[in-house]
Amino acid sequence: MMFLLGKNTHKTLTACLAACLLGAPVAAEEIWVTNEKDDTISVIDVATLEVVRTIPTGDRPRGITFSHDHSVVYICASDSDTVQVMDPDTGEVLFDLPSGEDPEQFVLHPDNRHLYIANEDDAITTVVDVVSRTVVAQIDVGIEPEGMAVSPDGKLAITTSETTNMAHWIDTETRELVANTLVDSRPRHAEFAAGGTQLWVSAEIGGTVSVFDVETKAELAKIDFAVKGVHPDRVQPVGFEFDGEEKTAFVALGPSNHVAVVNAETFEVEQYILVGRRVWHMAFNSDKSLLFTTNGISGDVTVIDVAKREAIKTIKVGRFPWGAALRP
Amino acid sequence: MFLRLATALCLSASAAVADVSVTIHYLRQEVEQPPVLSNLDPIPGDLGLKGAELGLADNATTGRFLGQTWALEVTEVPVGGDLAAAARAALATTDLIVLDAPADAALALADLPEAAGALIFNSAAPDDRLRGADCRANLLHTLPSNAMRTDALAQFLLNRRWDDLAMITGTHPDDTAFAEALRNSLTKFGMRLKSEKTWAFDADMRRTASQEVPLFTQDLKDHDVLLIADEIHDFGRYIAYNTWTPRPVAGSEGLVPVAWAQVVEQWGAAQLQSRFTDLAARPMRSRDYAAWAAVRAIGEAVTRTGAADTATLRAYLLGPDFELAGFKGRPLSFRDWNGQLRQPIPLVTRRAVVAQAPLEGFLHQVNELDTLGRDAPESDCPAFGK
Repeated sequence: MMFLLGKNTHKTLTACLAACLLGAPVAAEEIWVTNEKDDTISVIDVATLEVVRTIPTGDRPRGITFSHDHSVVYICASDSDTVQVMDPDTGEVLFDLPSGEDPEQFVLHPDNRHLYIANEDDAITTVVDVVSRTVVAQIDVGIEPEGMAVSPDGKLAITTSETTNMAHWIDTETRELVANTLVDSRPRHAEFAAGGTQLWVSAEIGGTVSVFDVETKAELAKIDFAVKGVHPDRVQPVGFEFDGEEKTAFVALGPSNHVAVVNAETFEVEQYILVGRRVWHMAFNSDKSLLFTTNGISGDVTVIDVAKREAIKTIKVGRFPWGAALRP
Repeated sequence: MFLRLATALCLSASAAVADVSVTIHYLRQEVEQPPVLSNLDPIPGDLGLKGAELGLADNATTGRFLGQTWALEVTEVPVGGDLAAAARAALATTDLIVLDAPADAALALADLPEAAGALIFNSAAPDDRLRGADCRANLLHTLPSNAMRTDALAQFLLNRRWDDLAMITGTHPDDTAFAEALRNSLTKFGMRLKSEKTWAFDADMRRTASQEVPLFTQDLKDHDVLLIADEIHDFGRYIAYNTWTPRPVAGSEGLVPVAWAQVVEQWGAAQLQSRFTDLAARPMRSRDYAAWAAVRAIGEAVTRTGAADTATLRAYLLGPDFELAGFKGRPLSFRDWNGQLRQPIPLVTRRAVVAQAPLEGFLHQVNELDTLGRDAPESDCPAFGK
């Protein structure tokens, strides 16, 4: 350590000490953001709320997710027609997975082994085994599949198709469709909620979020949004996430530049938080005290204090930030 | 076997409709193309038709989850051919027509007794009168009217405070109709058309543009932007950079208001563009978009109502619940006072979208899209009971 003595020594020592004292891993908690039109990932340090690394990717990176042990990160490189598997420590692309054409968004099955990938240009959901690196199934779905979700028990996977306006329910054992549910126009994102008993689907052009009962596939509720001073046409729900107890949902409302805070039990909107322009997707830090939203047009990430329900910082990232994922 | 049966049951249980069969007829009246100075940009022979084909493929993909079957029949009537006979033959098998024909032919078709219960989608005639005094209850419009396009441009000019204008107009009826719409839009948004000239040269401008245009534009009064009304794309391409004063051009050339263009990429448009180029091996144009929107509108109405009869479809299309995701950032819907599809208008150059109307700040008490084109209060369309 002696040769490190210099003006940064104090900081370095403090960081080391803190890490050692807390028994925490040396790597700090990070939010990884894909920049669709920069072909990069911006890595945000959650402690400092600053971009600490920028990593090159394939063409048009969109969906991003970590393996459950966070040893690798999967990136949909849409225009490279592949899912890249990256070592998050080095930023090195370890290998490419066959993904079908134009992978946009995906979800990793609880088995940590199967990726369910929406192939936007092909009306197909591709299932890839990340261990054998092979396509194990391709399922015909509606046009422009995008939103992907998998139930907590792993039995159901969901694809939403943007032009067909449906949620397609896939049995993960038979890898066949078991139901197709109409939703409002241009469904973008799906998540299971309430311990896996509900499915939430956002409809960008419809301006709604539909809540389905998983058992009966019947619609339980449809959530509408109204942002003061913004025309209803511009209130376009896209990505959303639930807080730790799944009591509150945070819904990105696209070009209305707001995130809605929704009571997940009453389905009522409690608040709207102003963020950057055309807010798309989001990710929490690990204790879910902070929420990071990707703002497509303004090229930045808004940090929301979840308890206070207010934006506390804007972080400039690359051009057209799209997906976000937590690396604890 | 049991599994298959169970799957089928689930499919129909959660779907809104089952077993609907829909046939759409794409009917085109071919027209004589006027000669133009340059043959750089031939009009594709399948203009519009490829949009309808893509719309049908989109509907069919959705339909297979809902027990729907979709078919597209196509009739192309040669120049001077009998459109009425072709229309009668088409109407014998379906009430749903997507029409590519000039305004007079569209009216003649809509007025056929056989078409009384039909739904005809005008995908090619921009004439404002079809949305006004000459409107028909069975004629909807997915192509934007001239007024919608010129209002979009006027909003942009006003937004930039480029409100002193000059205009050069061609002599073809399409040019003069567009020029008239431009004049109306400038008046509507309070701008000044300071001078106008008619392009009546017959010189070959490919050789002499640099010599002729400076002189031709020298006596135009001082203006911010030079408007070009040249919808047949005859002389307009030779104006830019050859003007007496250095001014941008807009209208039919330069900055152009369109329903669709190759350069539209936001709002998921990139996906529609790539689906279209895969199908047609050329970029999507406005008429392709209008035909696509017509077929998709039918698809959306059939899916949401579970019906295929034109009375139900028409009521739904003109009602408050209909919305079409048209890749332009806002839901598209039909005006219930004249059957026009509301839609944003991109303002494009050859290389980029410069802006998309309605521009921010142009407000409307109901829908900002209705700042483009003829709004309900000033509508003179008698056929929609509004």
